[in-house]
Amino acid sequence: MNITAELVDYLAGLSRLEVQEGDRQAMTAELERILAYMDVLERLDTQGVEPMSHVFPVKNVLREDEVIPSQAREELLAGSPAPDGEAFLVPKTVE
Amino acid sequence: MTWETVIGLETHVELATKTKIFCGCTTQFGGAPNTHCCPVCTGMPGTLPVLNRRVLEFAVKAGLALNCSITRYGKFDRKNYFYPDLPKAYQISQLYLPIARDGAVPIHTDAGDKAIRIHELHMEEDAGKLVHDPWIDQTRADYNRCGVPLIEIVTEPDFRTADEVIAYLEQLKETLQYLGVSDCKMQEGSLRCDVNLSVRPLGSSELGTRTEMKNLSSFKAIARAIDYEARRQIERITEGKRVVQETRRWDENKDASYAMRSKEDAQDYRYFPEPDIPPIELSEAYLDGLRAGLPELAQAKRARYQADYGLPEYDCRMITSDKALAAFFEALVALGAPPKQGANWIMGEVLGALSARGLEPRDMKLTAPTLARLIALVSEGKLNRNTAVKVFEAVFDTDGDVDAYVKEHGLEQVNDDGLVREICAKVLAANPRSVADFRGGKDKAFGFLVGQVMRELKGKANPQAVNAILSQLLKG
Ligand SMILES: [Zn+2]
Repeated sequence: MNITAELVDYLAGLSRLEVQEGDRQAMTAELERILAYMDVLERLDTQGVEPMSHVFPVKNVLREDEVIPSQAREELLAGSPAPDGEAFLVPKTVE
Repeated sequence: MTWETVIGLETHVELATKTKIFCGCTTQFGGAPNTHCCPVCTGMPGTLPVLNRRVLEFAVKAGLALNCSITRYGKFDRKNYFYPDLPKAYQISQLYLPIARDGAVPIHTDAGDKAIRIHELHMEEDAGKLVHDPWIDQTRADYNRCGVPLIEIVTEPDFRTADEVIAYLEQLKETLQYLGVSDCKMQEGSLRCDVNLSVRPLGSSELGTRTEMKNLSSFKAIARAIDYEARRQIERITEGKRVVQETRRWDENKDASYAMRSKEDAQDYRYFPEPDIPPIELSEAYLDGLRAGLPELAQAKRARYQADYGLPEYDCRMITSDKALAAFFEALVALGAPPKQGANWIMGEVLGALSARGLEPRDMKLTAPTLARLIALVSEGKLNRNTAVKVFEAVFDTDGDVDAYVKEHGLEQVNDDGLVREICAKVLAANPRSVADFRGGKDKAFGFLVGQVMRELKGKANPQAVNAILSQLLKG
C-alpha cells in the first residue's frame, strides 16, 4: 500500500495529532515499512485457512456481576494534567 | 404529491446489572463525578477488561424475547474514535458478529397490527459525560457512566408514522422491563433513541436520503421531532433542494432540530476485532436454560387475563403496560378482589393518583392488601363507591390503614333503610318545587333530590338504596 502525505495527515486528523513537517516525512517512511511487512504476509497461501481473530485458544472468559470498590478519586485524577478535584478537564469539545 | 415517511430506529438500552460491562465498578445512577471508576473503565494502559456474565445473559434474553436468532459464535470489535467521552480512544462494541439478529417486534396502532423487523442487537459500553464549563471555557469529563453495559437494538426501516414508532418503543420498553434486563427510564438516559428518517413519493420503492436525529429524551419529543423532520425534508424537496445526509440535534425548547457540526471523516471508525476479549461460544444447553427461564411477557399476560378473567382487551393492555402494575393487579386478584373491579380501580384511581403525583407504578407506596380491603368493603356494602374513592386518596401516599380511617372519620355506609326513608321524606317535603318538576316530566329534578339526600347523609348512603326509596316515595 502506498502511504502518501495526505494519508498521514488524514490519520493524524482522526487521532487529533498535530504532525510537524519534518515528522510527517519520517512517519510516511515508517508507515510504508510497517505495511510492507503485510505485503510479505500476503504472499502466503491462505486458501482454506479459517480467518482467526484471537491468538490464544481461550473463549468465554467471564466474571461474576459483583461490585468491587472503585478507585479513590484523588488517585484516579492524580495522573491527569488538569484535574479540578472532581473531574478531568479537557479543551472545549461540547457542541 | 403524496409523501411517505420511512423511519428506522437505533435504540440504546442500559442493562440493569450491578456492575459495569468489563469491570467491577457500580452502575448506580448519580454519584459524585468520577467516583464509580477504576483503571479498567478509565482505560489505563496495561489493564484487561473481562466481560460481565450477566451482560451476556441479559443480551441473549433480550434477543430471545425480540424473536431474534442468537449468534452461537460471537466476538467484540474495537470502534476507534478520539473524543474525550471515551478515555480509551475506542469503544468496545460488536460489528461483525452481533449477539442477536433478524428479530421481529409485533406492534399495535389504530391503523392495525404490524411487525417491525429487528436488524440486529449488539452489546457495547456506554461513554462518559462531558459538561462544558463556560466560566473556565473548558469541558469537565465524568467517567461514572463510562463502561456501563448497553445493548443497541437496530430496526429495519419499517416505520411509516410517529404512532408506529411510539407503539414499538412502548412494546420494547414493556418487554425489556418484564425481562428485568433494563428499567428503561428515559429521563435517566437508560433508554435512548436515535431516529433515522427519509421521505419518498408514496409508491416508490427507493429510499430517500436520510438524516439521523439525536437527543430525543421523551416519547413526546420523538413524535414531534418525526413530524418536524418529515415536514422539513418534504419542504426542501418541493423547493427543488436536496436533503443532506447529516446528524441533527433536537431542541425540545425550540421545538426544532438543527444540523450538528460534523467532520466528513467522523464515520471512519476503523473497526477491528477486539483483542482483549476472547470469543464467546454459546452452547445449546446455555440457550435452553435461558429460554426456559424467560418470564411470562405482557402479551401472554394479556391473553391470560382475557381468557381467565374475561377482562376487555383495553383493560388488559392498560394493566400489562407496566410490569409493576400487572403484578399489583395479580396480587389484588389473589387477595380475592373481583378481577373487573380490580381493573377498574387500577385504570381509574390508581393510574390517576400516580399521574397526578408524577410517579411510576414501581414507586407506589400503596400495597395490594390495602386496595383489596377497600374493594372488599365496597362489595360488602360497608362503604359506597364515592366514599371509597375519598378513603383511597387518604391512604394512597402512605399505604394507610383503611379500616382505621373509615372508623375514625365515621364513613361507614348508612344501611339503615328507615333512616334513609326518613331523610328522603324530609327532602321531598322541603323541595316541593323539584317534586312538581319531576312529576311534570323533568328527569333532572330527580338527580337534584338524590344529591340533597346524599348531602343530608354526608355522602355515606348507598346510592342504589336512595334511588329506590326516592322513586318509591315519588310514585306514591
Ligand atoms: Zn471500573
